[in-house]
Amino acid sequence: MAEATIIHAAPHAKAEPWGARPRRMFAPATVMVYGVLIVAALYYLLPLYVMVMTSLKGMPEIRLGNIFAPPVEITFEPWVKAWSQACTGLYCEGIRTGFWNSVKITIPSAIISIFIASVNGYALSNWKFRGSEVFFTILLFGAFIPYQVMLYPLVIITRELGIFGSLPGIVLIHTIFGMPILTLLFRNYFASLPPELFKAARVDGAGFWRIFLQIMLPMSLPIFVVGIILQVTGIWNDFLFGVIFAGTQNFPMTVQLNNVVNSVQGVKEYNVNMAATILTGAVPLLIYFFSGRYFVRGIAAGAVKG
Amino acid sequence: MTARRLLFRNLNAKIAALPMIATVLVVFIGCTVWTVVYSFTSSRSLPMLNFVGFDQYTRLFGASRWDVSIKNLAIYGILSLIFSLVVGFILAVFMDQKIRFENAFRTIFLYPFALSHIVTGLVWQWILNPFGIEKVVRDLGFESFSFALLSNRSMAIYAIVIAGLWQGTGLVMALMLAGLRNIDEEIWKAARVDGIPTWKTYVFVIIPMMRPVFITTLVLIATGIVKLYDLVVAMTNGGPGISTEVPAKYVYDFMFGWANLGQGLAASTVMLATVLIILIPWAMLEFGGRKAK
Repeated sequence: MAEATIIHAAPHAKAEPWGARPRRMFAPATVMVYGVLIVAALYYLLPLYVMVMTSLKGMPEIRLGNIFAPPVEITFEPWVKAWSQACTGLYCEGIRTGFWNSVKITIPSAIISIFIASVNGYALSNWKFRGSEVFFTILLFGAFIPYQVMLYPLVIITRELGIFGSLPGIVLIHTIFGMPILTLLFRNYFASLPPELFKAARVDGAGFWRIFLQIMLPMSLPIFVVGIILQVTGIWNDFLFGVIFAGTQNFPMTVQLNNVVNSVQGVKEYNVNMAATILTGAVPLLIYFFSGRYFVRGIAAGAVKG
Repeated sequence: MTARRLLFRNLNAKIAALPMIATVLVVFIGCTVWTVVYSFTSSRSLPMLNFVGFDQYTRLFGASRWDVSIKNLAIYGILSLIFSLVVGFILAVFMDQKIRFENAFRTIFLYPFALSHIVTGLVWQWILNPFGIEKVVRDLGFESFSFALLSNRSMAIYAIVIAGLWQGTGLVMALMLAGLRNIDEEIWKAARVDGIPTWKTYVFVIIPMMRPVFITTLVLIATGIVKLYDLVVAMTNGGPGISTEVPAKYVYDFMFGWANLGQGLAASTVMLATVLIILIPWAMLEFGGRKAK
């Protein structure tokens, strides 16, 4: 566009200026905007670059060289080692156990919390009952209470239920703490659907569950995608709940990664550590790169209150 | 009879909402009240109802470790609030100049937000270690250059701030950009017709108009700051010494590490009070104001 205007304007250079003022490619303001954005982008990319480069180097090269230099000899050994041999304390099974634990925690937690929250949101927008708004308001405020306040009583509750330090325990905890944001998400979405739809179904005699399953669910695929992204990344990235409620044998990947990298025993293998770090960050990163639009929508939903 | 009918009206919805009702009553209200009550007891490894008044709080505010934790949280909080709001807003303004590759830039600025604080902390721990930036600059010839933030007691908390900002500023940028896109084009046209310079339009017209976005973002960041825990555990684990301790870690250590429950509960109650101090004025502004209109 800018180039076209410049070419067009050339024959008239001597005459009176006409048309919109041509925007120069290298106007100082444009240069500054791009300059700042590019510098900022480099700063944001730097850690990812350093992580990848470090993970592809051998230890001798790391000790000698600088962290920004690309590897002279590319090796994938650190990745293999991080996945299957890295040590946490006495066990040297790599972070794959953490990976599978995280999978085992994330999938049921995401499914259960999304199911409960979608039904909640549906009830709150279409089947309001006395007190439903009060509960919803408290639920939203609950999202702001520091987790530390509720940790110990929840330890007691899960212990009484016999699920402390087990998969059902950590799934319950994630379901509880995912509820405020997910319920908000679904409530706002169902409230934005045309009410005629609901009314027509009611007139035709459909009940609570039938309307939900046959009318609301098929229409709300996008918001379910947003919810899944929000929950999967959130649960995958959790550390605090995993370390307390999952139990040693179910430690999620974040906990295991921290144990591998910050363990005091043995020689520090920075390349293995960085490979393990990338592997742990890979799941949410891939989700983010493949679903950018929905991801942004999810966090915006968390920020913009209805 | 009528009471029963009231209870059973809309029964399906009530059953469906049971998990929410239980969460609200048992967790958000019940657990919070439990914590506040037991923070006035001398519970050690098991909760016991032997009340000791404000003893735990006196001990808490007398502890140097808590003192350090509070100061660190203040440093981290103030710096991350200022920098993430300013940098996030400036990036959003630049992104809003009808630039090319907007999606690429947005993807780059926001990707750290997809990463956990553990991953963030470990990456920055590696970059900021003596093998990292310090060695690179020294190899360039600046032999006495010192950038060992993490091993320096008075500087380590700033390393955590740097890592936290890297992770969180993209979110602020995204929220601010959404806010800027909601501003009516007409405002810009009017400002241009009146010959107001762009920067003045931003400072005196756009920013005041975006007040709700700023406040929401502020509350969001502030409540996140109080929860700061993972990043510290991954980066420094509170060290060197106790120089990067934070309140959330204080609570965790006393509850699960040293079996001093009463002390941990008192500390978590203070955290709750801090959040309420941020939250209540905002809620009154946001919801009280709306009703008045």
